Amino acid sequence: MSTRRVAITGVGAVSPLGVGARTLHERWGAGCSGIEDGLGRADEFDPHDVVSKKEAHRTERFTQLAIGAAAEAIEDAGWSGGPPYEPDRVGCVVGTGIGGISTIEDQIQTLTERGPKAVSPFGVPMMMPNAAAGAIAMRYGLTGPNWCVASACAAGAHAIGSAVRLVQSGEVDAIVTGGTESCLAPVAVAGFARMAATSQLGISRPFDARRDGFVLGEGAGVMVLEAIECAEARGAEILGEVLGYGATADAFHLTAPEPGGGGAARAISLALSEAGVDPTDLHYVNAHGTSTPLNDRAETDALKLALGDHAKRIPVSSLKSATGHLLGAGGAVEAVATVLALRDRVAPPTLNWGEPEEGLDLDYVPGSAKPLPDGSSASRAIGISNSFGFGGHNAVLCLAG
Amino acid sequence: MATTDTSPQVVEGILVEAIARLGPDPASITRDATFEDLDVDSLDLVEVAQVVEERWGIEFDPQDFTNVKTFGEALDLVLARMP
Repeated sequence: MSTRRVAITGVGAVSPLGVGARTLHERWGAGCSGIEDGLGRADEFDPHDVVSKKEAHRTERFTQLAIGAAAEAIEDAGWSGGPPYEPDRVGCVVGTGIGGISTIEDQIQTLTERGPKAVSPFGVPMMMPNAAAGAIAMRYGLTGPNWCVASACAAGAHAIGSAVRLVQSGEVDAIVTGGTESCLAPVAVAGFARMAATSQLGISRPFDARRDGFVLGEGAGVMVLEAIECAEARGAEILGEVLGYGATADAFHLTAPEPGGGGAARAISLALSEAGVDPTDLHYVNAHGTSTPLNDRAETDALKLALGDHAKRIPVSSLKSATGHLLGAGGAVEAVATVLALRDRVAPPTLNWGEPEEGLDLDYVPGSAKPLPDGSSASRAIGISNSFGFGGHNAVLCLAG
Repeated sequence: MATTDTSPQVVEGILVEAIARLGPDPASITRDATFEDLDVDSLDLVEVAQVVEERWGIEFDPQDFTNVKTFGEALDLVLARMP
């Protein structure tokens, strides 16, 4: 099937490493961490910089983070004067793992303490997971397809993958897409802790033998995607390309990954196959790398299954070592970070890595950033960004920078 | 906190404060200002009604504000229901 190629023309990010995609890229590359006291808060983000008082009153933080990242991506794409296409031909797909959990928590408390008449009329529109996609469309007048993807920690990658399909098929000419999450409400922090999913020590150290769980973080990542012929026709600067997307399910367990990483490996292979990329053409792997005992082992196994002997020759690093786990935003922020890393031909580091574990023997880029290997395609660097979610969801994007 | 002070000035002040929390500049909330001009929608008005209900124990139906166009009309509606 012949499909349209998908150009990345704008990127935006808000994360514990600060506001801005380039800030994320530079600080991660320099080995900075955004984790403090065991949480990755996007402290440098002030919602009033991007939303009006009215919007602030009727949006939850996960929506505000998404608006912040979208504003940057749209400006980056040169869309400040409005989308350069018919509004009906521009979509918006934004993923989230949970949605407005702080509002849910707050409104349940209001209901319990003060009764149903005190429940806010903004409760439902603030908590709904699709609020971010709706808010971005309203702000920029994007009247094409619009929805939210929910697949836990794979939502950001699935959202971008779904958006890619809409551009490829010709249903839209361009799309604003990504993921967002702010899930630091006490009920969520407690819930993850009771699953023993989060680190008791509050340290994110993916692929290290001492890892004991992930660190919760918040943020948003957004990309502007355009059919490459449309982007070229308007003279847009093309930052990168989405070459392939693979999505599979483990169909194994509610939260644990399939041991051996078979489901994840199939997603990697599908993304590479669509991209027409051989493992030997791959320069970089942006790992899901959560710092949980199960994920990092299954992901290492999956990379070996999908990439064979070449797995050990490709730098594999995890942004979560610097930001914590941004859940439904993770795949999108990581895709943004991957594109910028590929453009600069650099593998940013996996922070806090110090103790190897038997079988976890890939090049995790410990300590500091390093140049990408030359690979067989010298013209542009190619990487994959892995995302896996509770529920057994696997999503992999193959990107060129 | 319930209050017995239901004078028009006090009620107006509390309504202005409630509406200003939704976005509009307090100085723009005059008797003649329309909710359309103030960019205050039906969801916002439910929240304003909740403030009144909580403070003075007056209950409103969602449709009570359907035909209210200006801040002055809303204020008069609330004052007319005062115990």
